[in-house]
Amino acid sequence: MTTKSKTRARSLRTVFAVPLVMGVLSLIGLMSALAGDGLADRLSWAALAMPVLAVAWAMRRRRR
Amino acid sequence: MTRGTIRAWYLVHKWTSLICTLFLLMLCLTGLPLIFHDEIDAVSGEPDQSAVAGAPSSSDGPGLKSLDAMLAKVLATKPGDVPVFMAFDNETPLMTITTAPRPDSKGAEMTIHVLNRATGETTGQETEEGLMHFLLQLHTDMFLGLPGMLFLGLMGLLFVIALVSGTVLYAPFMRKLDFGTLRVSRSKRLRQIDYHNLLGIVALAWMTVVGLTGVINAAATPLRQMWQMGELAEMTQTYKGQPPLPPSRYGSIDKAMAEVRKARPGNNPQFIAFPGGAFSSRHHYAVFLQGTSKLTEHVLTPALVDAEKGVLTDIRQMPWYMVALSYSQPLHFGDYGALPLKILWAILDLFTLYVLWTGIQLWFGKRRTSADAHVREVESGGLVVPAE
Repeated sequence: MTTKSKTRARSLRTVFAVPLVMGVLSLIGLMSALAGDGLADRLSWAALAMPVLAVAWAMRRRRR
Repeated sequence: MTRGTIRAWYLVHKWTSLICTLFLLMLCLTGLPLIFHDEIDAVSGEPDQSAVAGAPSSSDGPGLKSLDAMLAKVLATKPGDVPVFMAFDNETPLMTITTAPRPDSKGAEMTIHVLNRATGETTGQETEEGLMHFLLQLHTDMFLGLPGMLFLGLMGLLFVIALVSGTVLYAPFMRKLDFGTLRVSRSKRLRQIDYHNLLGIVALAWMTVVGLTGVINAAATPLRQMWQMGELAEMTQTYKGQPPLPPSRYGSIDKAMAEVRKARPGNNPQFIAFPGGAFSSRHHYAVFLQGTSKLTEHVLTPALVDAEKGVLTDIRQMPWYMVALSYSQPLHFGDYGALPLKILWAILDLFTLYVLWTGIQLWFGKRRTSADAHVREVESGGLVVPAE
């Protein structure tokens, strides 16, 4: 067993905290471009880019 | 979560995924170029439609030729055919008129004529050939018509169940791991499982929306038939029992359009369906009006005009299931937020492909081991590798 598996078990809330934020951002991204052009489009791009950036972040910071 | 619960969700995840994965791989692969079909058409020698000058064909702007004249022009080149559809554009004066041997002819017998309403000239025929059309057909129904569409819809439903069960399994798996953990140096299996989980969980909302809207789009034909037999039949109730109106007695489309514009000023048509086809009654021009704002432009409102006399019979909002279908198209295609949205759509599609691919490998690598061994792997966050 490694040291990692000895760490305290996380609660459901902790496990799903970031995924929940990603989900809400994705939905905002999907909806806002439907509602308008210009600013609404830009909000959509920014929000929907978050899941992509989260993967890029994990590949830099969470690889072991 | 008890071991029995994990085991049940593991089995749901395994089987729904296994059944739909090959088809989902095909859908993701064909969908990727389809996201950019406008851009690909533009560079692959299709005529540049954005450069055509004049008022949009959907408007009643100055300089546009009458719809009756456009139709007469097409029918003169195609004697014996009857009109089936007229469709308009919001940017250019280009429009299409679809003709067929009979009002209820199958799609394969139809001819789509492209015309310029500013010059009154025919610019060509829309061909159902080329790579993009092949990919679209494969993506929609695998060349199997309605059964193929419904089958792919069912695969989409299994995909959504696989997403739900995968999310449930994410909880016990991540119990002792930080979000985003990627153990790349220990074993190939651990690397694949971590990428499978990370890409799956961050793209979950997008995959669910694109999956569910795909399922709704796959049900387009039965939904439209339900509307035609229900709402549309109600709107045209007084015509019930009358013999179908023969094409020789069709009246002026411009007069019909003027009636509709009088009742709904400011709304432009997206298309007009002629009597006897899949989108109208046997006695009406069905004018499908677009909404006036960006949010409502996808939702069409049918205005039914007596095709012989040119008087308005009824205008009614679409029922909720047709509204759902209207929004399912942009939300599935990703074509409503300019090029950056399409690029994000493509990246998330690639994420999905990688989730499917790692999923197949994770299954194939340990396909002979027991469900219990897989449950222990989930419980331990991937540390207890199932024995061969």
